[in-house]
Amino acid sequence: MNTLNRVVIFGATSSIAEQTARQLVQQGASVYCIGRNPERLATVIADLKTRAGNSQIIDGISADLTRTDKHESLIATANDSLGGLDAALIAHGSLPEQQKCEQDITLTLQEFDTNALSVISLLTLLANRFEKQQRGVIATISSVAGDRGRQSNYIYGAAKGMVSLFMQGLRNRLHKHNVSVVTIKPGFVDTPMTKGFDKSGFLWAQPDKVARGIIRSMQKGKGEVYLPGFWQLIMLIIRSIPESIFKRLSL
Amino acid sequence: MKPLHSWNRLPRITPDTVQALSAPSLPDQATLPFCIYGNGRSYGDVCLSDQGTLLHTRTLDRFIHFDRHQGILRCQSGVTLEEILQLIVPHGWFLPSTPGTRYATVGGCLANDVHGKNHHEAGSFGHHVTAFELIKSDGEALVCSPDDNHEYFYATIGGLGLTGLISWVEIQLMSIQNSWMWVEAQRFGNLDEFWYLNEKAEQNWPYTVAWIDCLARNNARGRGILLTGQHAASQPQLPRYRELPLTVPVTPPFSLINNLSLRSFNNVYYRQPLKAQGSLCHYSPYFYPLDAIQNWNRIYGHKGFYQYQCVLPPAVAPEATSELLKAIAASGQGSFLAVLKTFGQKPSRGLLSFPRPGATLALDFPNRGERTLKLFETLDAIVMAAEGALYPAKDARMPAELFRAGYPDWEKFCNFVDPAFSSHFWRRMTA
Ligand SMILES: Cc1cc2nc3c(=O)[nH]c(=O)nc-3n(C[C@H](O)[C@H](O)[C@H](O)COP(=O)(O)OP(=O)(O)OC[C@H]3O[C@@H](n4cnc5c(N)ncnc54)[C@H](O)[C@@H]3O)c2cc1C
Ligand SMILES: NC(=O)c1ccc[n+]([C@@H]2O[C@H](COP(=O)([O-])OP(=O)(O)OC[C@H]3O[C@@H](n4cnc5c(N)ncnc54)[C@H](OP(=O)(O)O)[C@@H]3O)[C@@H](O)[C@H]2O)c1
Repeated sequence: MNTLNRVVIFGATSSIAEQTARQLVQQGASVYCIGRNPERLATVIADLKTRAGNSQIIDGISADLTRTDKHESLIATANDSLGGLDAALIAHGSLPEQQKCEQDITLTLQEFDTNALSVISLLTLLANRFEKQQRGVIATISSVAGDRGRQSNYIYGAAKGMVSLFMQGLRNRLHKHNVSVVTIKPGFVDTPMTKGFDKSGFLWAQPDKVARGIIRSMQKGKGEVYLPGFWQLIMLIIRSIPESIFKRLSL
Repeated sequence: MKPLHSWNRLPRITPDTVQALSAPSLPDQATLPFCIYGNGRSYGDVCLSDQGTLLHTRTLDRFIHFDRHQGILRCQSGVTLEEILQLIVPHGWFLPSTPGTRYATVGGCLANDVHGKNHHEAGSFGHHVTAFELIKSDGEALVCSPDDNHEYFYATIGGLGLTGLISWVEIQLMSIQNSWMWVEAQRFGNLDEFWYLNEKAEQNWPYTVAWIDCLARNNARGRGILLTGQHAASQPQLPRYRELPLTVPVTPPFSLINNLSLRSFNNVYYRQPLKAQGSLCHYSPYFYPLDAIQNWNRIYGHKGFYQYQCVLPPAVAPEATSELLKAIAASGQGSFLAVLKTFGQKPSRGLLSFPRPGATLALDFPNRGERTLKLFETLDAIVMAAEGALYPAKDARMPAELFRAGYPDWEKFCNFVDPAFSSHFWRRMTA
């Protein structure tokens, strides 16, 4: 079991990340929160501080994570604040408007910045740090959307797919260094990201439930995890449809 | 869009749009009016609207500050009482006033100025609110307390979500020694015995409430069990407590509560052996017995149910309560959930607060359509003659005249209603 006593969270204002942070704090962890919107971040930190015991450290800083030049210093600050790092969770992301992106390259590339390149920058720096300390957990929230490109969502899917693939390689590289690399692939989660979707039906999960799965997977050092678990089966079926048929489907 | 309902599953109403608030502010581009839905634990339409935008506040679920020494808690309005208790009880604090469900949000408790079994000592929820923030549709954010913006303070307590969005609430908590209660139960054979026992109990116990067998007739009319309680003193050793989660998984096509099942249930319940010298009981089953069964509201079937809760002034309470029970027993309708309690003298803070000196009777009724509504007309007449009032939090059908008679400050209250806010209930009362 990996210990999760000192955890840095990127994109801490995300609904899934916030629920994860609450549960970590409940279990006694110290948490360093990095999020973009400073007001929202302040409310998240105040909430976690209220829930935490006196000996737990709760702190954070606001940053736009597409600014990759700041990443090294963010990680160093988090490390100093917590007195070392047991784990990192990368949660930030955005759901692009697919049809707008199809007509706008700048927008498309921005989405790749947010959902893929900024993540890869963080992963690279965290990997080197954890490789050196010969332990730790690096978890990233990717998505089931990264398992196969679909016309309705392939910008997002490609970015998440890049992250998932990058994490596979990283896992392979860091295995011998006692570092767990955990790819979280949630299905549909009821958060602000999916505002406006019809959320009735059994496919939708609540963020606190997904958060529980994230923590369990990080503790157990799992590799790729579908949350909730039934998505593994759904994606197995979706991946197994031959491309010649898949291209005709309206998915 | 799927129709929404509150706890009693009626009415079912479809708003134009629904939005979960991700930040404590009103959305810019939304169809008006706004109506606020906390956690839907009201029995009726105070939190519903067939027009405009329904705003969900459960997403505003952050704590802001907890002073562990003074017992002052500030949190966003969508935090539930359950979440508060999980935070505060281990530090020796408790809610100074709580309704019979811990799934209500703080915002909902403030907007209905809810009461608990300790009203005779502690007053209602609003008495323990030290401040809150009210966000109005013109963009103004007012911090309200008895000293600042006091007019909005008194209008918003019990203000049925009509004065604006309550973004956070600060409450003064009450200190406790542990999470256990010391409780006693006494049987009473009729209403006269209740009034006698209850008066004595109120002098000695901070919490009192009575369960009534609403189907008992004649000499036994109003028989029941008086439950009294207090927070347990510090103990050398405490029992262990584990909650067993139960759930009603599906809604049956018809109500499982009918006259036969109810009569036999009430008989057994009334005759249950009671522990003479009292016993320890964990706070959860004591305050929130119904919360132990998830979705218990489904047992009434697809048609849903009504709750009828009135308050009757002290002078006429014994007589009017007796008349109400007589009418209910004669109709053969009614349910297991029949609760009688007396409110204390503390004047409520809100312009539209329900609690006031007198007795309050609350009953659930399976929805049998016309028959049930007819019975309510009879009950309304008794309440009206007694100069009593019905509780908006538990209403899906009261006539506007009864509301206006029971809430003489309603016109004054109108001055504080935000023009961009309304609800199905409010339109019924003011149409
Ligand atoms: C089993 C059970 C037992 C109960 N026992 C009691 C009892 O003993 N005493 C009692 O008084 N009540 C009792 N109730 C009723 C319940 O406590 C109240 O209806 C309470 O207000 C429900 O809170 P909610 O968060 O679900 O609010 P909702 O029902 O969703 O909304 C209630 C009102 O509050 C408004 N509101 C909610 N949040 C805000 C906000 N942030 N800003 C502005 N307005 C807002 C809504 O517009 C609406 O008018 C009980 C209910 C149940 C289910
Ligand atoms: N919801 C789903 O159905 C679902 C499904 C699969 C995967 N996911 C993934 O789960 C993760 C969490 O999303 P969520 O569902 O919790 O949604 P969310 O609440 O909308 O969170 C997204 C967060 O990402 C942050 N963010 C975006 N761009 C950023 C940037 N450049 N720098 C810093 N932070 C940035 C946002 O910050 P601001 O507050 O500043 O906007 C926001 O807090 C995302 O990676 C998402 O792709 C979600």
